[in-house]
Amino acid sequence: MSTTPTGNTPDTTPSLAEIAALIVSALNLEMAPSEIDPDASLFGEGLGLDSIDILEIALVISKQYGVQLRADDENNTRIFSSLRSLADYIASQKAA
Amino acid sequence: MRHPTYPLTDQPAPASIIAWQPSGPVTRHRFLTDVAHLASLLPPGGHVLNICQSRYHFLVGFAAAIVSSRISLLPSTLTPDTIRRLKADTPDLFCLHDGNLDDIDLPGFAYPDAPPAPEHDLPVPEIPSERIVAHVFTSGSTGTALTHRKTWGGLVINALAEAERLGARGHALVGTVPPQHMYGFESTVLISLHGGAAAWAGRPFYPADIADALAAVPAPRALITTPFHLRTLLDAEQALPSVDFLLSATAPLSEELAARAESICAAPLLEIYGSTETGQIASRRSTATRTWELLGEVRLRATDSGHVAEGGHVEGIVPINDVIEEVDARHFLLHGRNADLVNIAGKRTSLAFLNQQLLAVPGVQDGVFFMPEAEPDDHATRLCACVVAPGHTRQSLLQALRGRVDAAFLPRPLVFVERLPRNEASKLPRASLLALLPPAGKAAE
Repeated sequence: MSTTPTGNTPDTTPSLAEIAALIVSALNLEMAPSEIDPDASLFGEGLGLDSIDILEIALVISKQYGVQLRADDENNTRIFSSLRSLADYIASQKAA
Repeated sequence: MRHPTYPLTDQPAPASIIAWQPSGPVTRHRFLTDVAHLASLLPPGGHVLNICQSRYHFLVGFAAAIVSSRISLLPSTLTPDTIRRLKADTPDLFCLHDGNLDDIDLPGFAYPDAPPAPEHDLPVPEIPSERIVAHVFTSGSTGTALTHRKTWGGLVINALAEAERLGARGHALVGTVPPQHMYGFESTVLISLHGGAAAWAGRPFYPADIADALAAVPAPRALITTPFHLRTLLDAEQALPSVDFLLSATAPLSEELAARAESICAAPLLEIYGSTETGQIASRRSTATRTWELLGEVRLRATDSGHVAEGGHVEGIVPINDVIEEVDARHFLLHGRNADLVNIAGKRTSLAFLNQQLLAVPGVQDGVFFMPEAEPDDHATRLCACVVAPGHTRQSLLQALRGRVDAAFLPRPLVFVERLPRNEASKLPRASLLALLPPAGKAAE
């Protein structure tokens, strides 16, 4: 279970471990950050997060990385489809 | 007093604005055109599950159901179990949607494209006051689902009383709450039909979305939201267009957040108190007073088993599930919820219902839901559960629960134990349950 980003923009991509740690602490989850599978869904049958959690995560991400999430940014569901897609999204917004 | 009929909307002129879409204002004329068009296309069933994401599509769907003598169903969740139950009660149910049905096991009907509007003015339909136009649902303390039937006259009086209290006439309303939920239904949908407001079609989610939605409608404008959405909005330090009032409901708002919201937005913040059974019955300006003032002609009365609400738009005599202290005939204080009721993110259920669902999962030998210590103000509190289920993993049990209860109520933490800490009377003392929880803020392992 690797937590090394696969993207090729290491300067701007926050590490998966870093974002996982933010999520675990923001939501007070009963798990270690390393237990979040980077490719599993954050919703439903994966991590089981709901919209309340997503808003909390969006808040810590805006504080930490200065990235504002918008629901009409393509697709909310896609951004939060996995830890990796969330990290990629943050990186793309920071780079922009 | 109720009139024998009320018009579909009290918007006074064909050009009156009843809603806002990204493309601009929606006039009463456009709205009536869309309602008549949709009503002529709806399939035969007499009951509609309206899951339209656009608040405007929801509004048209609700109105089209009314003018065609159909009943709109507003369940608080759409779990497979809920859908099965609704189908059993109302077999002619179909689902009106403006995206996709997801996994809702019902005949679907897609919201149609807008027809051209006729040149001539359309009459505003008159609707009998006693006609039942909506079913809303609660889970009672026994765990069984209860259906509450809402009449057109009751909903109209409800909306007018709220609009008058808020001074909402002429305001554009941006809501962060869904139109299908009782609070959003009353404070964005009904108030646009009766009360002279005009709801924004979208349902902004992130702080930046809320700012964009407010900027998309003209002043005077208002934000219809919850303590949770309001806190994340203010914490994000998002720059906002001017707002003329803020409305919050679904959970008590802290005095600190109320004061912060008023100071940042330079606008009054009002809280609304109500329930699915009664509709909205009181409001307060949270920075000025903790006392609630009843809406319209609603009255409270003490009985042997707690307070009841009656009069105004309240249908019959309805027990209040909170502990009430009357100040005078029009004012009261709230002293906490009935301990069995749970309200998370505006979704309400009872511990009895949740326990029943937990025990019904195959392989669960014993189990109980309970509330942890309350979270700090304006954060969403999550439920905990302890279970005896040797054949289950955390994953498999949550999966089974997901088909039965709304995701907002899934336990976090979910603690597996060999047996529950029942005392001699077979009761579960709260302190013993709390002792089973992992220390806050630490990972389980």
